[in-house]
Amino acid sequence: MTIPITYYLVLSAIVFLTGLVGVLIRRNIIAILLSVELMLNATNINFVAFSEHLRDLGGQVFVFFALTVAAAEVAVGLAIIIALHRAKDTIDVEQFTLLKW
Amino acid sequence: MDYLLFGYFAGVIALTAVFVVAFRNPVYSALSLLIMFFHVAGLYVTLHAEFLAAVQIIVYAGAILVLYLFVIMLLNLKTDDRYHSQWRAAAVVGGALLIEFLVLLAGSLSAPPAAVPRVDIETGDNTLAIGETLFSTYLFPFEVASLILLVAMIGAIVLAKREVPETPAS
Repeated sequence: MTIPITYYLVLSAIVFLTGLVGVLIRRNIIAILLSVELMLNATNINFVAFSEHLRDLGGQVFVFFALTVAAAEVAVGLAIIIALHRAKDTIDVEQFTLLKW
Repeated sequence: MDYLLFGYFAGVIALTAVFVVAFRNPVYSALSLLIMFFHVAGLYVTLHAEFLAAVQIIVYAGAILVLYLFVIMLLNLKTDDRYHSQWRAAAVVGGALLIEFLVLLAGSLSAPPAAVPRVDIETGDNTLAIGETLFSTYLFPFEVASLILLVAMIGAIVLAKREVPETPAS
C-alpha cells in the first residue's frame, strides 16, 4: 500500500505556489528569501518522491546538490541584505529603486 | 498507516508553508519554516531517504535557519511589514499556475505506476548507496558543488565586510 506519486506532486505544487505568492507579495527581503526556501523545498520533495517512484538514486543526489546551492544562496543573500541595510537602513524592497528608470 | 503518516506530514507542511508567508513578523516566519523543515525530513524518512532526512535537519534546520535568525535579530527589524502592492499580479500568476497544476494532475491521476526494476534503494544502507552513486556517477558535479561553496563563502565575506576606515598615515 504505497502512496501514489500524485499526492506528492499536489503537496509540492501547494508548497511551491505558496512560496511563489510569498515572493511576489512580501515587502521584507528576508521574508522573500524565506519564500525562496519554500520553493526549493517543494522541488526537493518532488525529487525524492520521483526517486522513490522510479527506483533511481539520482533524484536524491540532486537534492544533495540543491541543498548545496541553497546554502550558498543563503550565505550570499544574507550578506547582500546586511550590505543593503547598512547602506539605506531599511530592508523594504520598495525603497530600493536605484536600478529603476 | 502510510496514508496516515503522509496525511500528517503533508498537512503540517502545507499549513506551515502558508504561515511562513502569512506571518508579518519574520521571526515567526522563520520558526514556521523550522517546523516545516522537520516535517519534510519526516516525509523523506517515509520515502526511504534516511540520509537526506538527516542532512535536511543538519543543514537546513541547523545551519541555514540559524543564519536567518541571526540576521533577523542582527538587523532588529520592526514588524510593521505590510504586503507588497503587487499582490494583484501575484494573484493572477498564482491562479494561472494553480489551474495549470490542477489540469496536469487531473490528467495524471489515471497514469499506471511505473514498473521500473528497483536498483539499489532498500538493498541495504541508503547512505552507502548514495555515497557510491555520488562518488562514481556524480563525481564531477560533486567537485563543482564544493567550488560553489567556496565561491559563496568568499562572496559572503566580501559583501558583508565593513568598509575599513582610512588609516591615518602616521
